[in-house]
Amino acid sequence: MGIKKLLVMVGVFFSLASFGYGATNELLGAGATFPYPLYSKMFDIYSSSKGIKVNYQSIGSGGGIRQLKNKTVDFGGSDAFLSDAELKDMPGKVLHVPTCLGGVALTYELPGKPELKFTPVIIEGIFLGKINKWNDPLIQKVNPGIKLPNIAIAVVHRSDGSGTTAIFTDYLGKVSSAWKTKVGVGKSVNWPIGLGGKGNAGVAGLIRQVPGSIGYVEYSYAFQNKLPIGKVQNSSGSFIAPSIESVSVAADTKMPDDTRISITNTAAKNGYPIAGFTWILVYAEQNYEGRSAAKAQETSKLLWWMIHEGQQYTKPLDYSPLSKSALLKAENVLKTMTYNGKKLL
Amino acid sequence: MGFRCHNRQIAYNYDTKENDMANGQLLEGKSIMEKAKVNKNITGNPDGVFRGILYIAAIFMVVLLLAIFVTLLVQSMPSIRKLGLSFFYNQIWDPVSGEFGALPFFVGTLLTSFLALLISVPFSLSISIFLGEYYKEGFVSGLLRSAIELLAGIPSVIYGFWGLFVLVPVVRALEIKLGVLPYGVGIFTAALILAIMIVPYSSALAREVINLVPTDLKEAALSLGATKFEVIRYVVIPYARSGILAGLLLSLGRALGETMAVTMVIGNANYLPTSIFASANTMASAIANEFAEAADNLYLASLVEMALLLFIVTMIINIIGKYIIKKFSVEV
Amino acid sequence: MMKNGVNSRLVKDKIFLSIVIFFSFLSILPLLFILFYIVKNGFGVLSLDFITQLPKPVGETGGGISNAIIGTFILIGIASILSMPLGIGIGIYLAENKSGKLPYIVRLCAEVLQGIPSIVIGIIAWIWIVVQIGSFSALSGGIALGMLMLPIIVRSTEETLKLIPTSLKEASLALGVPYYRTILKVVLPTGISGIVTGILLSISRVAGETAPLLFTAFGSPYMNTNIMKPVNSLPALIFNYATSPYEDWLSAAWGASLVLVLLVLILNFIAKVVTKKWKVQF
Repeated sequence: MGIKKLLVMVGVFFSLASFGYGATNELLGAGATFPYPLYSKMFDIYSSSKGIKVNYQSIGSGGGIRQLKNKTVDFGGSDAFLSDAELKDMPGKVLHVPTCLGGVALTYELPGKPELKFTPVIIEGIFLGKINKWNDPLIQKVNPGIKLPNIAIAVVHRSDGSGTTAIFTDYLGKVSSAWKTKVGVGKSVNWPIGLGGKGNAGVAGLIRQVPGSIGYVEYSYAFQNKLPIGKVQNSSGSFIAPSIESVSVAADTKMPDDTRISITNTAAKNGYPIAGFTWILVYAEQNYEGRSAAKAQETSKLLWWMIHEGQQYTKPLDYSPLSKSALLKAENVLKTMTYNGKKLL
Repeated sequence: MGFRCHNRQIAYNYDTKENDMANGQLLEGKSIMEKAKVNKNITGNPDGVFRGILYIAAIFMVVLLLAIFVTLLVQSMPSIRKLGLSFFYNQIWDPVSGEFGALPFFVGTLLTSFLALLISVPFSLSISIFLGEYYKEGFVSGLLRSAIELLAGIPSVIYGFWGLFVLVPVVRALEIKLGVLPYGVGIFTAALILAIMIVPYSSALAREVINLVPTDLKEAALSLGATKFEVIRYVVIPYARSGILAGLLLSLGRALGETMAVTMVIGNANYLPTSIFASANTMASAIANEFAEAADNLYLASLVEMALLLFIVTMIINIIGKYIIKKFSVEV
Repeated sequence: MMKNGVNSRLVKDKIFLSIVIFFSFLSILPLLFILFYIVKNGFGVLSLDFITQLPKPVGETGGGISNAIIGTFILIGIASILSMPLGIGIGIYLAENKSGKLPYIVRLCAEVLQGIPSIVIGIIAWIWIVVQIGSFSALSGGIALGMLMLPIIVRSTEETLKLIPTSLKEASLALGVPYYRTILKVVLPTGISGIVTGILLSISRVAGETAPLLFTAFGSPYMNTNIMKPVNSLPALIFNYATSPYEDWLSAAWGASLVLVLLVLILNFIAKVVTKKWKVQF
């Protein structure tokens, strides 16, 4: 009879535990760590104001794309837009909805936390392993007033598939042909040297701990953790630090209708050269794998909110909001979301 | 299906008269085995059902293991077919270009595990000798034993966390002294953490084995005037040698599959390590890092192939290790 | 001459003993360090809020780890419900069938299963459940953990039951008690201490497992009791927070580590008590 009691308890456990199965007040997303601080704030507000819980796991842009492909998430986050080949590889038409802009900061751990200037040649040299001491003449020349220590440079990059890496290597590929041929451009590349950190958070964590280290992280990760941020020389010659303004300036170009654009190596005088959009990826046709109309509706509503009301949370967290033209394109993209062919918005 | 008789001369009055009647036959006079057979044919035979359930549970274990193996094999087929042997000797792991050579991970795994084993040997041997030969019981022995058990119970992720913030700065200071790139993370740190983690396991196994050494051998040596040290060195250790080696082998198996603590302190670099202070990756940590984002089939299959290799290697090590220990216990 | 020889041997003997003692106690040092750091950094973080509140968005202070604690319990609950009956059943089978081909193979399989790295089990759970259902879920994480618990429960059940003298079983059978009742009502309760110990030890082993949860239970910032949805867990939280740069998250990770270590300690302690108090002496 003890067994019967046990079985009843088990039954109760499982039914309690499955309570709410199929609830449409929950959405699951995964992907880029680049916008994670912003998304976690946005979704917290969205949950308390609209009652819809959005669970976003920051596993990297590569992970976001993969999980969207597997249809295990409602939407994916990525700072690397899908190439034409990758788009073809997805089991359905995928829409790119830009949500904000961010800058990829060069951050480092040095005594005194000096603000250093970097030229494309220096960055290429460091990450290729050619420049391996901080007091290398190339670096010293561009930073005349600062006494650089004679310590080794420890490179930190991403260990996972990363849109931040995609933006960074995209920039390096444009300014250095050596980089393009030797290492390449993309979410995961064949780094010649360096340590790997998981996610923007992992890289920032490592940089904080390893003296003499340098790496690339989304700007807010460096800023929020009071890490020094380097100024990068853009193609018009000025040394620009990443900021809400310099990133917005860099985005001031014509955007294609599907919003897939790279804004690195901007020619704008005050633009930060290593910046990029980050996108939410969803399927255009939302009726797949038994998705309910309600869920599709909630997904489209969430995205609409993110590019409108949600934008007020960008600046306080050091992200740049969508420009007017980008917002227009984003709205147009969202309006093509359908359920069974019928438009959702 | 009959039942076992411990003593054949005792007949168990297994079935009741109701059963005999219900069956429509009078079974008195028939042998126990025949009665049992008849009982088996009755529907609602609770014992048969029970034995059947146990049997099915046992089969499930076998089926589960086979299913795991087959699943791993099938899922890694695309990579086995396309890459073949190059998987094993190619040192380039480049998901972007579709080139998957797992050599860096093999080397990383072997280096960390063997180094960990090496570091752990003096410690686990000392503990097993201490507990097995010197202080078999008593307060101190109980203390040491509890401490080692506790060490075994600490979760891997906490080892990694602690290692990241306490061990890594220490290793970094060492690296600065040695003039090596002061990452702090790397193969050496991972090996240190692994060594700490496998000490409880290998010392428990070694202690089991040392306990099995016959006392008359030891006493014979003692009566000949040997010191305790000489007894241990010339009698106990050589005698228990195979068992101790098996214990080391089993701890190696444990170290090979360790994931979380390693991935937090090894530096996550996908190239062939050039020194023990370099960053690297092990098979397990590479899988943990890249599985969630393996976007194309070849990538995923390569990662599963590594999992398959881990499965096979740990399986072989476990079977051999346990076999040696069993043989050793039986011989003793 | 003889005296010198004996002296040097005695000296070697003493040196050896000191080396053994030295290394033995040196190996406890990491334990002391780990516990010291966890208590030092985690104790100050513990508070009622910490245990009852949900994590806050990145960069905001406050918040807690309540969903991780509940998530860990849910995962352990699912894993136990799945592995206990199965594990005990297989253990009974092995104890009752000491020799034979199938028992040998089953024992072998249990040993192999115990040695499989937990990340491989995580992959299996991902392939079998996450991909089939099409979503991450606490259920898949629980199943992965259940597979890790299974061999431990099998082995401890078998060992416990083997220690019970067969005369007990025979006495029961001789009195006319059917076989299944003998096992369930006589043998099993006698061995309950060992079986419960095995269950508690297996739970304490999987409570801290992270690798199999990475791509099964996935994670969540919310409280979730629905087993078909992703769920947060203590080890996952520790892993995510420990590798981040945020001070708040790092302190939360220490606090969560303290909670997890306490959980493991309590389980081990209860297991010891159970072994002593419930053990039936023969």
